[in-house]
Amino acid sequence: IKPSSPCNKCLNVSWDSTPPCTCTINFTLEHSFESNVFMYYGLSNFYQNHRRYVKSRDDSQLNGDNSSLLNPSKECEPYRTNEDKPIAPCGAIANSMFNDTLELYRIDNDTRTPITLIKKGIAWWTDKNVKFRNPTGDGNNLTALFQGTTKPVNWPKPVYMLDSEPDNNGFINEDFIVWMRTAALPTFRKLYRLIERKNNFQPTLQAGKYSLDIAYNYPVHSFDGRKRMILSTISWMGGKNPFLGIAYITVGSICFFLGVVLLFIHHKYGNRNTSADIPN
Amino acid sequence: MLCSVPSQFLVSAVSPWCLPAAGSPSGSQGHGRAAGSVSPAGIPRSSRLGGCAGEEKRVGTRTVVVGHRPVSDTEACVAQKFCDNRIVSSKYTLWNFLPKNLFEQFRRIANFYFLIIFLVQVIVDTPTSPVTSGLPLFFVITVTAIKQGYEDWLRHRADNEVNKSNVFVVENAKQVRKESEKIKVGDIVEVKADETFPCDLIFLASSSTDGTCYVTTASLDGESNFKTHYAVRDTTVLCTDEAIDTLTATIECEQPQPDLYKGVSGQSGVAVYTGMETKMALNYQGKSQKRSAVEKSINAFLIVYLCILLGKATVCTTLKYVWQSNPFNDEPWYNEKTKKERETFKVLRMFTDFLSFMVLFNFIIPVSMYVTVEMQKFLGSFFISWDKEMFDEEIQEGALVNTSDLNEELGQVEYVFTDKTGTLTENSMEFIECCIDGHKYKDCLSEVDGFSQTDGPLKYYGKAEKSREELFLRALCLCHTVQIKEADQVDGLMAHPERKYTYISSSPDEIALVKGAEKYGFTFLGLENNFMKIRNQKNETEMYQLLHVLNFDPVRRRMSVIVRTSTGKLLLFCKGADSSIFPRVQQEEIQQTKVHVDRNAMDGYRTLCVAFKELTEKEYDRIDRQLNEAKMALQDREEKMAKVFDDTEADMHLIGATAVEDRLQEQLAETIEALHAAGMKVWVLTGDKMETAKSTCYACRLFQTSTELLELTARTVGESERKEDRLHELLLEYHKKLIQDVPKNRGGLKRSWTLSQEYGLIIDGSTLSLILNPSQDSGSSNYKSIFLQICLKCTAVLCCRMAPLQKAQIVRMVKNTKGSPITLSIGDGANDVSMILEAHVGIGIKGKEGRQASRNSDYAVPKFKHLRKLLLAHGHLYYVRIAHLVQYFFYKNLCFILPQFLYQFFCGFSQQPLYDAAYLTMYNICFTSLPILAYSLLEQHISIDTLTSDPQLYMKVSDNAMLQWRPFLYWTFLGAFEGLVFFFGVYFLFQNSSLEDNGKVFGNWTFGTIVFTVLVFTVTLKLALDTRFWTWMNHFVIWGSLAFYVFFSFFWGGVIWPFLKQQRMYFVFAHMLTSVSTWLAIILLIFISLFPEILLIVLKNIKEKNHQSSRKAPDSLSARPSVRPLLLRTFSDESNVL
Repeated sequence: IKPSSPCNKCLNVSWDSTPPCTCTINFTLEHSFESNVFMYYGLSNFYQNHRRYVKSRDDSQLNGDNSSLLNPSKECEPYRTNEDKPIAPCGAIANSMFNDTLELYRIDNDTRTPITLIKKGIAWWTDKNVKFRNPTGDGNNLTALFQGTTKPVNWPKPVYMLDSEPDNNGFINEDFIVWMRTAALPTFRKLYRLIERKNNFQPTLQAGKYSLDIAYNYPVHSFDGRKRMILSTISWMGGKNPFLGIAYITVGSICFFLGVVLLFIHHKYGNRNTSADIPN
Repeated sequence: MLCSVPSQFLVSAVSPWCLPAAGSPSGSQGHGRAAGSVSPAGIPRSSRLGGCAGEEKRVGTRTVVVGHRPVSDTEACVAQKFCDNRIVSSKYTLWNFLPKNLFEQFRRIANFYFLIIFLVQVIVDTPTSPVTSGLPLFFVITVTAIKQGYEDWLRHRADNEVNKSNVFVVENAKQVRKESEKIKVGDIVEVKADETFPCDLIFLASSSTDGTCYVTTASLDGESNFKTHYAVRDTTVLCTDEAIDTLTATIECEQPQPDLYKGVSGQSGVAVYTGMETKMALNYQGKSQKRSAVEKSINAFLIVYLCILLGKATVCTTLKYVWQSNPFNDEPWYNEKTKKERETFKVLRMFTDFLSFMVLFNFIIPVSMYVTVEMQKFLGSFFISWDKEMFDEEIQEGALVNTSDLNEELGQVEYVFTDKTGTLTENSMEFIECCIDGHKYKDCLSEVDGFSQTDGPLKYYGKAEKSREELFLRALCLCHTVQIKEADQVDGLMAHPERKYTYISSSPDEIALVKGAEKYGFTFLGLENNFMKIRNQKNETEMYQLLHVLNFDPVRRRMSVIVRTSTGKLLLFCKGADSSIFPRVQQEEIQQTKVHVDRNAMDGYRTLCVAFKELTEKEYDRIDRQLNEAKMALQDREEKMAKVFDDTEADMHLIGATAVEDRLQEQLAETIEALHAAGMKVWVLTGDKMETAKSTCYACRLFQTSTELLELTARTVGESERKEDRLHELLLEYHKKLIQDVPKNRGGLKRSWTLSQEYGLIIDGSTLSLILNPSQDSGSSNYKSIFLQICLKCTAVLCCRMAPLQKAQIVRMVKNTKGSPITLSIGDGANDVSMILEAHVGIGIKGKEGRQASRNSDYAVPKFKHLRKLLLAHGHLYYVRIAHLVQYFFYKNLCFILPQFLYQFFCGFSQQPLYDAAYLTMYNICFTSLPILAYSLLEQHISIDTLTSDPQLYMKVSDNAMLQWRPFLYWTFLGAFEGLVFFFGVYFLFQNSSLEDNGKVFGNWTFGTIVFTVLVFTVTLKLALDTRFWTWMNHFVIWGSLAFYVFFSFFWGGVIWPFLKQQRMYFVFAHMLTSVSTWLAIILLIFISLFPEILLIVLKNIKEKNHQSSRKAPDSLSARPSVRPLLLRTFSDESNVL
């Protein structure tokens, strides 16, 4: 599902455009999604694996180290300081965090019913609980803890205002953590939200019309990139993966074919062997 | 024959110098004995006394003041500096070890390369930290340094043992105990019996009044017999410390020179040369490093990989700038450059980018390969010395490995050059028969000419006059240099328990002759005060005064003694090779003896003729004078001596001839046949007579009855002046026969001598020198190439009457032919050393002619038959192992780095490493190093028994077959294929939205880790597939390495490491394993990667089985590896999944 015409008007948005450019995309689900649905956003031609980009982070700052908070690693250059204040979180990765807001509605007889999107449980448990930590100090007031730092250049809000819930704010904001795990390839998807199945009698998403509201903040046009939104269900093997299936079928059939051939040869050979034994 | 009598001491031991010295009595018969010993480091210390220089002062001489008492004021002022007596064989000291060792190590090109990479990483901003290449380099350097340090420590210890040993120096009429290293030039040193000489000495006096001493030079040339040396005549009387102290003298002698044998040995004398100037030390030059063919291949492959590396880096750099020409790609808004980066010049940036790519891909050159190869060679050589089958009961020793660098070369030998005496034969001589005046005398038990013996200790075929018989036997008893050794000395060579004494001689022939004479009733009782005692048939003791010994030398090929009988008659006895005796005796006597000699030679016996002449007092006086003159001569001594000898040994009367049998070594013929079947050409290089050598060659099946012999000997060439022309004709004729008449189709095949007609070539020394050193005017410089072509076409070549140097010449000639075949020399005596050193692989036989050959060799074995296992089994296996090791190393590093290269195409050529730094570092030194090491030590792709019994298999690895470009390309393609599979397999896997069942996504480090996991498993399992010989050690290292990898990954990802800037790997591995599809993908990818290999093995098996069944030999089915079931099993696994 790609952003097509409705969002074209937003192509030239910049970071700090207020109010954000919004657009709506309507789409239809042919089949209902029975189990939990995972909502991804996808970017293409975005080199999250560029070396300069990959190393531009400070893991000890993200781990809540107070000295690194105020004195980020040199690797973060040129996103280390802004106006003589250390950036938290520093580095190119954090600076370029995906900040579109996606909202999903079900259109049922012209009424738009919002679908509950769960934003927690999308990051690795170990990342959320061990690798990423907010700075420690007196009290739990994140604003105070991040005192003396400044927000990344491209962010509209500082890091301590990413979310209203305290266990999803600051460095341990899951959207942030997901973004910080750099993707392997220039075309990638990242988990955005979960849609949980409510009860056993209804599918999570029924077949029908839906609409996606996008607060379009994230410019991709400049580097010829694209954005996507993917809804996917997941089996025990993970998401839909044609590669493994095809590969296994191919290899399996080759093996089968060879097995038959070899069996044939073996039979032929075996016969010859016994006949060779008789004269002895 | 007498060729093993030491030719080195031709120069008479009597020195013209007159210097008193302290005597040191002890040992039997009042003679001290000094035995040279070998220091553990291999530098024999022994007793050489400096050669003396001329009377007039010459440039390049040194003046030694004996006892440091100047003779006169004029000479005292010429104070010369001499070095002290310290022997330093060690390379390093505690202080210079680190810098010197590091310097030596970095001279090696690979180490230097990694040092450069490391420095680049330190200086330039590179994708990987310096640790990734610094750590393996450090590891390699440390391992090598430890090994070299240990070896040097051993040398230090050995040096100290020698340098700190106590010697007695006479100072102020007293003996002073000194450490050996403190001896100064001019000191008077006293050496007691059985001690080692601390430095080169001049013999002044001994404990016995006649001023003789007996010296063994076992540590010099390996000859353990005693050589008699005489003190400087004027000083022999100075037998006490007090007396010697009165001596005032100077010695003039040459500056140190490495010519070993000009010296005079002695027992107590003046230190002339000390420390590193001793002749021994001067002769100890490091052998020129022999480099194996495998190493050359490695270097060639290295260059290929270096080119690949440079190519990759260039491609990446170019593409990077092409890609970056789009400004969105160069610097998108989300990924701005740093200020520094923006300010750098473009050219400089390109250069650093290039270097960065080099660093990123540098692992393609396997850093640990050299150290693994070294360890493989070092440890592998133990298997040779541990081989129980090569253990010889008789000498209680097994094979000895002097250098481990050439193990694999043993599998590549094309030419075998072998000595005859002692190598092909046992060199334990037995007296068989003799003939006196043409009448044959024969021992009772042997059988010759079909006459079987009946009774009696001796049977006479006709009778010679009694007096002639006795004369002959006396000659045998007197004409030799055999010494008597008391039986209680256990280290004797010929121990005879029933006798009180044993005979000792450098030549086993002499012993055989003396024993032969004993059988006929004449027993040699020993030499006492220059009187030789003989017990004759009537049990009476006869005394002969020994006046002169005209020593044996290989040029004259005879030796003589002059004795005075108790009745005052002067007799000269001479024995030697027939060719050297016959021209010197009355011609009419020759015929009858010659028949016997020739027949004996045909039977493979070593023959010697004995002659004598009576001297008048007048003649003797003249000879005596001449001899002494010649001995005193300071210049051209050897020539003068030779001339006197020549004059003396003339106009003799032939008495008879002897025949001594030299038994062939056990399993000789089988071994030679096996070597032949293995495609090796065997050349026999011997100093023996042609007939003797020929019959030996027939006996050991070197020549078959069907072999057509081509002779290039004195007989065929003739002796006239026309011999060069005749030689030329012969050469052309043979050349035509062998090369031009042969159908052309054989030309290409190098080792195809399953010809219908086999040719053997016989050539002797004189003809050879004619060919190799043609006279100027004959214009026959192309002799050599024609000769060489003939030689190379022959199955077997016999070169007889060879001088040691000629042996080496032949080896060098073959070595330098086109295609530079690998040569192997095997010999046992000092005369073989030159060819042993010359050949690619030198093998010494731990034989009876001393240990010099085995000390100079690369390998030493007790018997010739062990060559079969050494070459066919060990050599083959080592070659296969090291070849596999090398190929595998390149392969595993190629498929290690290829995904990293491919990844550059997906990360904007930004030098982003695919793998974590820890994986980059550990891959070669931890995860994949031990399995290949174990494989390269233990693998027997064909069992040793099969290899030994089927010599044909040796041909399979000939010509460096496993390191040619074809197998190299196969391995390279395999590596490339697997690299592609790894990368694109995981690439397609990552097209998926999520791999986990909770929808979470993986990042780039998981990508790399999956690739790396597949890589480690594939590479290790590939080795497991190749392994045909499983020991517990293989199982342990293969499965252990994999387990270690898994364990390490968990551990590495399980902790937040405070020293790391980025926690890239935190729980990446564990998360990866929670995903089912990752598991499936890993298994699939490993299988696909190994699939071609499995298929190949299966096909090969089918082919072999078909081949076997067509040969109706279905017995070895059980030996087949169970690949088919494996395939079926995998196949069924697949279908289950589907």
